Amino acid sequence: MRTQTLLRLITPALALVMTACAAATPSAPTAAPEATAGQTARQPGVLILATTTSTDDSGLLDAILPGFEAAEGVDVQVIAVGTGQALALGAAGDADVVLVHARAQEDAFVAEGSGVNRRDVMYNDFIIVGPAADPAGVKDMARAQEALAQIASAGAPFASRGDKSGTHSKELGLWKAAALTPVSGENGYVELGQGMGETLIYANESGAYTLTDRATWLASQSNLPDLAVMVGGASIDANPDTGLYNPYGVIAVNPDKFPHVNADLAERFIAWITSAEVQAEIGGFGIDQYGQALFFASATTP
Amino acid sequence: MPRCTTGRAVPAQSYSVNLRMIESFLPIITLTLSVSGIALVIASVLGFPLGAWLALARVPGKRLIEALIYTGMAFPPVVVGLAVYLLLSRSGPLGWLGWLFTPRAMIVAQVVIALPMVAGLTQSAIEALDPALRLQLRALGASPAQTMWTLLAEARAGVISALIAAFGSIISEVGAVMLVGGNIAGSTRVMTTAIVLETRQGEFELALALGAVLLSLTFVINFAIMRLGQRREVAPR
Repeated sequence: MRTQTLLRLITPALALVMTACAAATPSAPTAAPEATAGQTARQPGVLILATTTSTDDSGLLDAILPGFEAAEGVDVQVIAVGTGQALALGAAGDADVVLVHARAQEDAFVAEGSGVNRRDVMYNDFIIVGPAADPAGVKDMARAQEALAQIASAGAPFASRGDKSGTHSKELGLWKAAALTPVSGENGYVELGQGMGETLIYANESGAYTLTDRATWLASQSNLPDLAVMVGGASIDANPDTGLYNPYGVIAVNPDKFPHVNADLAERFIAWITSAEVQAEIGGFGIDQYGQALFFASATTP
Repeated sequence: MPRCTTGRAVPAQSYSVNLRMIESFLPIITLTLSVSGIALVIASVLGFPLGAWLALARVPGKRLIEALIYTGMAFPPVVVGLAVYLLLSRSGPLGWLGWLFTPRAMIVAQVVIALPMVAGLTQSAIEALDPALRLQLRALGASPAQTMWTLLAEARAGVISALIAAFGSIISEVGAVMLVGGNIAGSTRVMTTAIVLETRQGEFELALALGAVLLSLTFVINFAIMRLGQRREVAPR
């Protein structure tokens, strides 16, 4: 008898959970395919921005985008993925504008005719973090590539993004500069193929070193008790290795290649994000929360 | 004004995938099959007796256990992954095992996902049998274990569907294995997490090829499980 009443209580709750799950699961992947609709011009009031996870995870876009949406009376749909996929979305005409950080890949994107009007937007920097005990003894080294070489020669664990993101490209560049080619599963080096947040959690759990952008590190530091900054100092001004600077660029998807993209709005977005006013907003973002800026404005007049 | 060279706006892409590409997936395929295979075996060893017991036993609170099992069947796998993660994390109660980010953690998560399916579907399969059979077995003096095995064999079709449903859900699952396995290349990367990775990198062809391999494998395995059930049916009853 008692179990019967209990069941009656549980069943509606269960049904609710199940419908909620059913409703939630398909909605996530539809974001991208919806944009693939192809030939026909998109809704005039919608701008699709493909960008990296760092701009979204750090909260920057939430802070500045409402200004653009209100001023233009439009809706900006953000697809936050790795730089590789963000550029692939642009190259397939599935986004109107991209905001990414991997200069070589960006230049290739423009050279192949997929993008036009690339502009610098801002920069932050990369740092090497690792277990506070520092088994490889790299703390406060001045150059990232030398720190990596020392981590490798000590055989200490290193967690790589392994996902062709801007951060992964940077890491590979540093290994190359150190004249090393690490292989996943050998000498403590592992390729995760995951986002920055997940990679930091892995490093914290496994006592591994990793390369991260400072914005993501500052935003998630409180959940990473066993990690500390090894190379890069406490703020970007204290970073001894200027080679670790991480520039972000904005690129409009080429309307000559994809007539259906929202080219006018993309142009206005680029003009807006590189304007003096928004650049000041970007430079001030995060100071109240982290005591230091997460991004530094770098747009110049064309 | 814009020069339109082809009818379609999307650049023509060839979805041809060569054999070498598939070959590089081999370790990933092997790991996928062994993780999900072991998880299915463990879930069956635990789930068949549990399902049979639920169908036969008359104990207070049975309905509550049933409700829990049905809830388990609808549980989002990623939440299972989160629970297993917290359990196996260095700061978790089972952290001393050192299983996090290893295939063992992935097996644990998949067992938790598969167990309610195996148990719940086995139970309904046995409950659907003629109740007279159960009484007859008891009258003939069968021990509880003998009764259970006879009923499981009798409800073979339903038990096979339980296996197929459970296997299908764990081999295609991505959230939990990503969380507890870490998607480490050459160590915990399985087909679903590899598909997510390739998609994130914009390697849509590779992702699609992996999806096709996964689908074909699941088809072949389901076919094999079905044949397993049919072959026994031919045997004398």
